[in-house]
Amino acid sequence: MYGTHAIGEAAIQAGCTCYFGYPITPQNELPEYMASRLAQVPGGVFIQAESELASINMVLGASVSGARAMTSSSSPGISLKQETISFLAGMELPAVIVNIVRGGPGLGNIAPAQSDYFQATRGGGHGDYRVVVLAPGSVQEMADMTFLAFDLADRYRTPVMVMGDGMLGQIMEPVNIPKKKKKLPDKDYILTGAKGRPPRLIKSLILDTKEMEDHNWKLVRKYERISQNETRWEGFLLDEADMVVVAYGTAARIAKGAIKRLRREDERIRIGMIRPITLWPFPTKALVEIGQKVKDFFVFEMSTGQMVDDVRLALEGKSFIHFYGRPGGVVPTPAELARSMARHYYQSKRKRRK
Amino acid sequence: MKKVYTRPKSLRKVPMHYCPGCGHSIIHRIIAELLDEMKLSDKAICVPPAGCAVLAYYYLDIDMVEAPHGRATAVATGIKRVQIKNLVFSYQGDGDLAAIGTAEALHAANRGERITVIFVNNAVYGMTGGQMAPTTLVGQKTTTSPAGRDAKKEGPPIKVCELLSGLNNTTYLERVAVNSPANIRKTKKAIKKAFEYQQKKTGFTLVEILSPCPTNWRMDPVRSCKWIDEVMAKEFPLGVIKETKC
Repeated sequence: MYGTHAIGEAAIQAGCTCYFGYPITPQNELPEYMASRLAQVPGGVFIQAESELASINMVLGASVSGARAMTSSSSPGISLKQETISFLAGMELPAVIVNIVRGGPGLGNIAPAQSDYFQATRGGGHGDYRVVVLAPGSVQEMADMTFLAFDLADRYRTPVMVMGDGMLGQIMEPVNIPKKKKKLPDKDYILTGAKGRPPRLIKSLILDTKEMEDHNWKLVRKYERISQNETRWEGFLLDEADMVVVAYGTAARIAKGAIKRLRREDERIRIGMIRPITLWPFPTKALVEIGQKVKDFFVFEMSTGQMVDDVRLALEGKSFIHFYGRPGGVVPTPAELARSMARHYYQSKRKRRK
Repeated sequence: MKKVYTRPKSLRKVPMHYCPGCGHSIIHRIIAELLDEMKLSDKAICVPPAGCAVLAYYYLDIDMVEAPHGRATAVATGIKRVQIKNLVFSYQGDGDLAAIGTAEALHAANRGERITVIFVNNAVYGMTGGQMAPTTLVGQKTTTSPAGRDAKKEGPPIKVCELLSGLNNTTYLERVAVNSPANIRKTKKAIKKAFEYQQKKTGFTLVEILSPCPTNWRMDPVRSCKWIDEVMAKEFPLGVIKETKC
């Protein structure tokens, strides 16, 4: 199954009944899939909106009405959605946003990239908020994380982003789609008309500064709960590693190949990897723990270096951080990456011997 | 004693923040009366705009959700597609609907979304202090058109009803005003009709209401009401612009 189709089917299985989108490459296969698939779902709503702005606001409307709603786009389109993602965070409404990242800035190109890390993990729009960001590394994970995204969005009443790239969206891999949920969570805040209950109001405008501050701290407490409970990462050959690669998504797949290659060529090479699965919350604790033993970290991103900032923040200058970045939609081969890794690895070893 | 006039149940008992002579309070009351009379208050979901009327949710005692500036029709689309049996209406100003939200309004109308738009046209941006709006009249002075609107530079005012009337899926478009008791009664009738059409699921409905903004027009309330008749209604003719009977 295509990565984008896996996302679509997992969304349907998770109970998503509303999809709103706007064409942009490289994610068009997802709205196309949803257009035909939602026609078979009772109460299914598919709208190709007039813009990214309209589509995310339709998501807001469907979400406040109680439906599981989703939109998808690629980098420039996600920029357009940011205003309402901020509203969703402020109004505490669940929503799932898929970003199939392409090279930027500006129109950039349509090749796979990881240059939206800052935008995704720093909130992206205006105001004090965070968005949960899931970074799948395979078609199977595209499905699993889309399924999970709907649960997280409802559990914490917050927008959740699934961030892939053109590569993950376009490749075909075997996939087990998660099974359909029997019962979706009850929602006591949704608008259905005030029949037999007092009217409800969902808003983000809070003119009183003290009240706004309280709301901001309330959101922070929620984000702390999410950080405690939902941080996800995967370790690879971490035992006895003396250099640890940090990479996510497509970059992590390439890095895995590079590490295997290097270890095959030279048994003395002990490179491991940590792959953040949630980009926000970032697996800071895991890095700190690894950092107590390992002094060299090698960050690889398909950008000029964005996640590397979070690695630096986590390790607080206690370890040496190497960086290799390939922006612009360039996808290096494992062999290319292995060369860079080996160079950094041997240089560090030499330095330490001195 | 027989009660002949009372506060509608759907209108909360709180003082309104609107300026003296502002049309919003009248329009709120009309909507509240209709929700009571048509027994729709427990079915209604309203999407107020960014602007003075954002605080409508403190006055109308029904389910409400805020929308980002200009996006009310998109939000209302999302709601109505899920809650198909509810009465869904947006309440938008001229800047909200005819400038920043033109695309959303036009396309919701073209899709024939079964929603009603209460479009309040007061020819200025009210909340931000009286800047030029897409509906500002030619020659009208505002804080951002100090020499008066120049049709050659800023274009003539946009007539929303006429613009939307060419779209097949708009079923009911009427322009009314709230500057006199007679016009207020007509406004109530128009909104009632729009709500009825929505319930018949015919298509997109919009009521444009010319409404006084004495504060930003730099006029007293009485002159403001006269100005609507003498100047505004000449540019924006009152009456049914489109009605597709079914």
